[in-house]
Formats: sequence, C-alpha cells, structure tokens
Amino acid sequence: MLKLTYLIPLFPFAGFLLAGLLRNRLSKSAVGLIGCSTVFVAFIISLFVFFDVLKGKSGTLTLFNFIEVDKLVIPFAYQIDQLSSIFLLIITGVGFLIHVYSTAYMHEESSDHYARYFSYLNLFVFSMLLLVMGANYVIMFIGWEGVGLCSYLLIGYWFKNTEYNNAAKKAFVMNRIGDLGFLIAVFWMIAQFGTTTFTDIFAQLPGGASTAVLTGITLCLFIGATGKSAQIPLYTWLPDAMAGPTPVSALIHAATMVTAGIYMIARSNLLYALAPISMHVVAITGLVTAILAATIALKQNDIKKVLAYSTVSQLGYMFLGLGVGAFTGAVFHVMTHAFFKALLFLGAGSVIHAMHHQQDLRFYGGLKKHLPITHITMLIGCLAIAGIPPLSGFFSKDEILIHAFASNPVYYVVGLGGALLTAFYMFRLYAMTFLGSERNDGHHAPHESPKAITYVLVILAVLSAVGGFAGIPELFAQNAHKLKNFLAPVFERSAPLLASHEHPSHTTEWMLLGVSTALILAIIVWTNRSYSRYQKTDAEQQGISKLLANKWYVDELYNGIIAKPLLALGGFLGTVVEKSGIDKAVNGVGKLVSYSSRQLRLVQSGNVANYVLIMVVAIILIIRLVFYIRY
Amino acid sequence: MPIEYYIYLAVILFSIGVTGVLTRRNAIVVFMCIELMLNAVNLLMVAFSKLHHAKALVSDAATTTGSEAQIFVFFIMVVAAAEVSVGLAIIVMMYRNVYNVDINFLNRLKN
Repeated sequence: MLKLTYLIPLFPFAGFLLAGLLRNRLSKSAVGLIGCSTVFVAFIISLFVFFDVLKGKSGTLTLFNFIEVDKLVIPFAYQIDQLSSIFLLIITGVGFLIHVYSTAYMHEESSDHYARYFSYLNLFVFSMLLLVMGANYVIMFIGWEGVGLCSYLLIGYWFKNTEYNNAAKKAFVMNRIGDLGFLIAVFWMIAQFGTTTFTDIFAQLPGGASTAVLTGITLCLFIGATGKSAQIPLYTWLPDAMAGPTPVSALIHAATMVTAGIYMIARSNLLYALAPISMHVVAITGLVTAILAATIALKQNDIKKVLAYSTVSQLGYMFLGLGVGAFTGAVFHVMTHAFFKALLFLGAGSVIHAMHHQQDLRFYGGLKKHLPITHITMLIGCLAIAGIPPLSGFFSKDEILIHAFASNPVYYVVGLGGALLTAFYMFRLYAMTFLGSERNDGHHAPHESPKAITYVLVILAVLSAVGGFAGIPELFAQNAHKLKNFLAPVFERSAPLLASHEHPSHTTEWMLLGVSTALILAIIVWTNRSYSRYQKTDAEQQGISKLLANKWYVDELYNGIIAKPLLALGGFLGTVVEKSGIDKAVNGVGKLVSYSSRQLRLVQSGNVANYVLIMVVAIILIIRLVFYIRY
Repeated sequence: MPIEYYIYLAVILFSIGVTGVLTRRNAIVVFMCIELMLNAVNLLMVAFSKLHHAKALVSDAATTTGSEAQIFVFFIMVVAAAEVSVGLAIIVMMYRNVYNVDINFLNRLKN
C-alpha cells in the first residue's frame, strides 16, 4: 500500500485541475461530485495506509530527485509513518466532510464561481497533504507555501468586497513573515547538516550540532509556526480570515493550515527536545496566546469571530503541550480539535444559513426549536471544547494540562484559567444563539438546513463525542492510551531527553481533574443562566469590556508601530527619494545623451573632402597608437 | 639595390597621393591620386616579395617561397582597372548632371 501513497495528494490535485480548468463547462453537481469524490478517494487510501502503518509497515517513498546540487540532494519523497498517517486521516476525513457540506452551503453561487471555490478547496487539501507527507523540510515547505496561497485565495473568495480582500492580504503577509523564519531554518539546516531529510537530520543528533545552533534553528522554525498556526505575535490574521465562506473557516481551523505548525514541531520533536530554551519559548508563547485569545473571545459578538479566537486559544494549548514535551497530547488535541472545531464552524455556518447571513449573536436567540439538529450537535461541540467528560476535548486538554502541571504548576493554573474562559465564551455563544427570546427582526422564519449539512454535523458530533477514547489516560485504565502507543515510535528518541519531569501521582491527578471539571461545570451553568436572559442593549461598553471588545487594540498597535511607519517610509521614498533622486538621475542620463548627440551632429558636414581628411588623420593616429602600445 | 630605396620611393608616392586627395578639388585628379597610392602599395609589395624570395633562395635553390606577392600584384592591378572604369563612369555621370567635376559639389551625403 505504501507504493500507492503518491495517489493521496494526486487525487485532490486532479480535482483542482478538473474543476479549475473546466469551470465554465461543468454543471454544479458535476463539480461537487468531482470535489467530494477526489477527497473521498484520498481518504480511503489514507485509511488503508493507516491500517498498514498500524501493522508496522511505515516507510519512505522516493519519487524522484527534486533538487540535486553537488552533495546536496533533496528527493521528492513521502514519509509515511504514525504521525503523518494520523494527519492524513484528519485532513482527508474532515476535509471530505467539509466538501460535502460546501455543496449545500455554496449552493447560491453561480456555477463558475462554485467550480472556482471547489478547485481552491481541493488545492488546499492537496497542499496540506504535501505538507504532512513530505519526507524533508523542502517538500514540507512546498505544502507550507501552498496552504498559505490557498488561504489567501479562499479568504478573498468574494473578491468584489474590498474588506475581504484586505483580510486575504493580511493573512498572506502575516504568513509570509512566518515563512521567512521557516526558510532561514531550512537553509541553516542545510548548512549545518547538509541535508533536509528528517531521518538524516535526526540520525546526526545529538552531537551533530551545538545547543546554540539547535536553539537558533528551532526558534526560526517556531517563527514559521507562529505565522501558520496563528500564535503571538502573528495571530491577528486568523480572526480576519472569517471573511471567507464559513466552510473555508472550518477547513482552515480544523483540517488544514493552522495545524501545520503543530505538525511541524511534532515532526521536529528531537530538535526541540535538544533545545530547552526553545521549548520554554514555545510553551510560554502558547500559554500567553491561549489566555489572550480567550479573553478577546469573551466580548466578541460575531459568531465566527468567537470561534476564531477560540481556535487561536486552542492552538495556544497545543503549543503549550509541545512546549512542555507532551507531543502526543498536542497531536491528540489537534485531532479532537479538528472534530469539534469543524463541528462548531459548520454548525455556525448552518445557523448563519438559517438566519440569512446574519452573523451577530445579538440578533440570534431562541433558535433551539427552529434548528433542532444544529442545536444538539452544537451543544455537543460546545461541551467537547469546554472539556466535559467523557467528550473528546476533556481527554486531550486534560493530557496537556497534566503535563503542564508536571513541568511547572504555574502553567497549569494559567492553563486552567484559560479552560474556564473557554467554557464561558462557548456557552455564552450557545446561550445567546439557541436559548432565550427570539431577537431576530427579519421577516423570514429561520429554517433547518438541508441534509448535506445536517448529516455532516451529526457525523462530526459523533466523532467529537467519542474521539477522545483514542487516548484514555492511564488514570482510568491501564495501557488504554492507544494514541500514545501508536505514536511512540515517532517520539521515542526525544522521550528520554524529556523524562526529567516527575509525573504527578494518581491522587494529585484525580484532584486536578475533579477541580477543573467542577469549575468548568459551574461556569457552564452560570453562563447559561445569565445569557439565556440576554437582552439587546445599546449601552456603550466600558472599561475592561471595551478593551476586550476591541481585541486589546492589538490591530491598532500593529498599525501604529509597523504599518504606519512603513507607510510613512514608503511615502518618503516615493515622493522625495524617487522624485528628486532616482527620477532626476535617470532623466539626467537621457538629457545628457540627447544634448551631446545634438552637438556631435554638427561634425557631419556632408563634404566628402572633410570626411577624407578626418579619415586620414584618424588612421595616422591609430597607427601611432599601435606603435606606441607595442614598442 | 637595398630595400630602403624601394621603401622611400613608395612612401613618397603614397604621400603625394594622400596630399593630392586632400588638397585637389578636381575629381579626376583626386582619382589619379588614389591610383598613385594604390601603386605605391603595389611597389612596396613587390619589393618585399623579392626580398623574401632572395632570402629563401640562399638555403634552397629551387624554392618559390616569397614569390606569391608577385602574382597578387597582378590581381590588384586587374581589380584596380575595373575600379577605374567604374570610377570614371561615375565622374562622367556627375559631369552630365552638374556640368562640373569639382568634388565640393558632392556634399549631398548630409541629407
């Protein structure tokens, strides 16, 4: 089956070409069929590959040599192992569900735009597959850039709206900043190790590079991860990415794109394990991002913005997990997060669809009876993300927090605070949307979405509910953490390096679990009660609320300290340096040539005798010159 | 005769030719001066050829080395004869058009 893995990215790519090139010819249903079936085939192959890997048949598939310069050989190769097979399943599986959902959600688009949408969506899946399958950092980088491009294309899908285009540009620029870090790290690795292939680099460690060099490389890689996975300081593009259609948000947040950074660090686990400073940077950045984004989410009124900040916050948890050495926990959280975040976004899309593109929570309320399926599935999603046992979010978040506790109790306390905030803002969203009185002033009654939407929601809800059982902690049952056993070979070399932390005793763990669950439950009950009585008010937000509603003014800060000085510099260069410097120099050259040729023209008198004289004099001079030079 | 005599003669002939071309305005005289320069060069060529041949004969009595230029000169003369006929034809045409053979009339190259 390993030999067939090259087909996994090929199918979505074929779908992209078909739908993209024939967008004016194909009907909507044909495009939908192509888009969904290509990803579905990729999913089926991924399943076979996964079962092969489960039997221990992992390996590398080299297709051809991509770059060959002197001693540096970069093959176009796929690495199929435990880590990439898990990601393959998440990407193609959730990606497929989102494709199916999109066929219904994007139904109002005209057929050529519909085809454009699906071709981008397929390209997105293709890029992400390339990213996780690549056996070296260069192939990974191709996918890395690919997802950046696709996010730009899809965020700016409605390209007639300037604001959406700006959001797309913002995403692209932010990602480019991060990509630069990644690129520097790749060059550094070539200089240090002479190769970019994962296995070759890891074979040279430890000892192949000093801790300082490894710290530099890992920090550069981490800059790349902050861009792609929306961490401080490059997170602001993700909430703006809500400009794209809702299924695109689901795709970006759940299956593709933002998990790239987590995957990359998990893949480079040995590099990070040998660079403790980088681990601390990763953990602290993750923690701060988790808290900051969670506080912003508290006061957002746009349903998609709340979910966007919640993603940033959850990604922060994953980085916290990576930073404290809980690589399995981070990958586990990627998986469960893919399920419930896709569910929440698609549910939100269903609500938006039902409410005729109204996205403001303040105009929702009482939708429980109009959207029964959406309501139940969203409730499961909210409970899962809040971390209520036995839903999936509970297990993965708990694993990260326990490891954080073992590493440093402060991480745990702050992380738990973030988890409480998560519970609060998710149930604020839930209560304002589904409970209370109807505040919808539209004339159309809300209606439940078509089957392509509700079926997908139900499947994702089931996955969100049971997905956590892949990683039951040892606390509950001996050796029941299947994911950990499965992923163990990937992390086996970094595990001994990180084993210095004492795992907390079972009593402590029970206590921590009990306290966090009780607190989260209390928050949920309280939030539900207070926000189900929510009434619209026109009162201006004051104090800290205003600060949170305005997202800590981070956008304004970036505008002030980066964008405005840059614009001023650009203006200075444009008006002063260009106009009076470069332009004058260039025009001067032109004027000089035309002036001198006007003078030189007078030499041409037209008199033959003159020409002959000049010729004779010139020949004599040349002969003199030749003699002068030679003798 | 020493080679220097030939060289002096050729230089004098060539200089007369150049001076004539530069100073005279009658097209026919200019033309004759050009021929003079051509023949000065021919003379020089034959002289050097003879010199080379004489040197080669010292070591090998049957050699023809160095005598090629004697043949070249005939070619040059033939080409010069052809050139003269073309040149004179141009001058005749010029006279038919402007009733003069002064080369200062040939100042139309400007436009």
